[in-house]
Amino acid sequence: MTTLTSPFSAGPSRALAWLLGALWVLPLLLLGWVAFRPGAGALQFDLAGPWGLDNFRAAWQVAPFGHYLLNTVAIVTLLLALQLTVCTLAAYALARLRFAGRGLVFALVLLQLMVMPEVLIAENYASIARLGLVDRWLGVALPYVASAFGIFLLRQTFMTVPQELEDAARIEGLGRLAILWRVYVPLARPTYLAYALVSVAYHWNNFLWPLVATNTEASRPLTVGMALFAAPETGVDWGVLSAGTLLSVGPLLAGFLVFQRQFMQSFMHAGLK
Amino acid sequence: MTVTPTRTPPSPRRPAGQAALAWALLAPALLLLAGFTYGPTLASLWQALHTEAPGLPAAFTGADQLRALAEDPVFRQALRNNALYAAVTVPLSVGLALAMALWVQDRFAGRGLLRLAFFTPTVLPMVAAANLWLIFYAPDIGLLNRALAWAGLHGPNWLGDAGTALWALMAVTVWKEAGFFMVFYLAALQSLSPELMDAARLEAPSAWTRLRRVTLPLLAPTTLFVGVNALINAVKLVDHLFVLTRGGPNNASTLLLYYLYEIAFKFQDLNYAAALTLVLLALLGAVSAAQFWLARRIHYR
Repeated sequence: MTTLTSPFSAGPSRALAWLLGALWVLPLLLLGWVAFRPGAGALQFDLAGPWGLDNFRAAWQVAPFGHYLLNTVAIVTLLLALQLTVCTLAAYALARLRFAGRGLVFALVLLQLMVMPEVLIAENYASIARLGLVDRWLGVALPYVASAFGIFLLRQTFMTVPQELEDAARIEGLGRLAILWRVYVPLARPTYLAYALVSVAYHWNNFLWPLVATNTEASRPLTVGMALFAAPETGVDWGVLSAGTLLSVGPLLAGFLVFQRQFMQSFMHAGLK
Repeated sequence: MTVTPTRTPPSPRRPAGQAALAWALLAPALLLLAGFTYGPTLASLWQALHTEAPGLPAAFTGADQLRALAEDPVFRQALRNNALYAAVTVPLSVGLALAMALWVQDRFAGRGLLRLAFFTPTVLPMVAAANLWLIFYAPDIGLLNRALAWAGLHGPNWLGDAGTALWALMAVTVWKEAGFFMVFYLAALQSLSPELMDAARLEAPSAWTRLRRVTLPLLAPTTLFVGVNALINAVKLVDHLFVLTRGGPNNASTLLLYYLYEIAFKFQDLNYAAALTLVLLALLGAVSAAQFWLARRIHYR
């Protein structure tokens, strides 16, 4: 690749880049450091001090991280499955079926991009309370299922599928839903992957709505557990706090390091639309 | 499903059947959108215009709630804080994102590592980032103040001091977001045409001139996209408040969405919360309108 923008490739500039990079990872490195220093040694920075896993043991005893993790995985999986189903059906209708009011429906869907679910937490809490879904995985997932972003992204992709393919499949005798499943869905696989990664990342990290929608360990995800863990009332020390935080983000960080490339590309794809 | 006879060309047919199928396919999405977006929006409007006391029917009070909000010192403070928060974090994180992208787009030894360093904070939940920064900001034993003490300085109580609390939150936000926005700039830089950049190299020998006159204008649509997202995040992202300051001390670091949460779930004043919801929706609407208007001017190519 040719150099497009030389001022940022020059020597001093590159040194500045490394400095900023170091500054950017410093907090994470310190988190790792502190987590492995037991007892009062947590914030002492002599290499000769004791190392150990005591903090992790203590953190595991203070909070049910295993349960939190299970809840997070369950919520994210349930939500993604529902999102993909609901958005696929809607996107196909908007991309390939002709009916009166299509433009209006699409505009209504796009309108949702403007309204953040976060702003509606009070009303949405009332809604899931009426449905008896407070403190349930489904209750945490439901407000985000009809993702306007997902519908939009899939509609754009479906529209690029050649109409001839659908016609050919119809001549073979396939019904609309079979065509959707056997022609459109496989061809849109990259879009599904990109959307799935963005959705999982977003909802794995989501906090405010799960905080509102859950109230017991039975359904609390990691983010909410982590925030309770850091509350001064729990009286955990720095080492234990760091260990607990590391326990919570460990699976996510590991997953990210493995799928780094696809991850960044998904965000690019989603951003460029 | 209806299987069409194969003799006739299949494309334009049976609009009635298509319409029925279309509505059936759209039904789940529309039902959920109605239940969790449009319904709540309209309900907020209704609630904001009424007052309910326990045991009494709701009374129409018109714009009373909104008027009370306008005179509420905490709301005004949250509005001011949020404006400052956006004014600082948006340009800073977008600017850093652009610099990061320009830094790591060319091939050099360690590029992958540097990209990873910039991007990793993005992957963490904001709550985890807050836990981590708690270790820096703690008053006496926090790492920041111990570093200052090492240099012979006495650091403030970063989170407990009204003068520094909001700034401490801003630092976490910028640290968390810059790497995320970098990714969009990287994508945009990769899609710039090499011929165009070669031509620019002939025309403008100075790299800075090229950056200013050619690259930045071509990146304008990305800057708009990233800027709008940063602006929306400045309203949306309040997770770190729960861990770091809870809006304190004395509301010095409270933000609009956090105040909405407090009104709705701590004080349980749903009518008042609805009024604040309307204000936030209006702000978001204004951002969308501005984005729409700007997008038309930027995509001039």
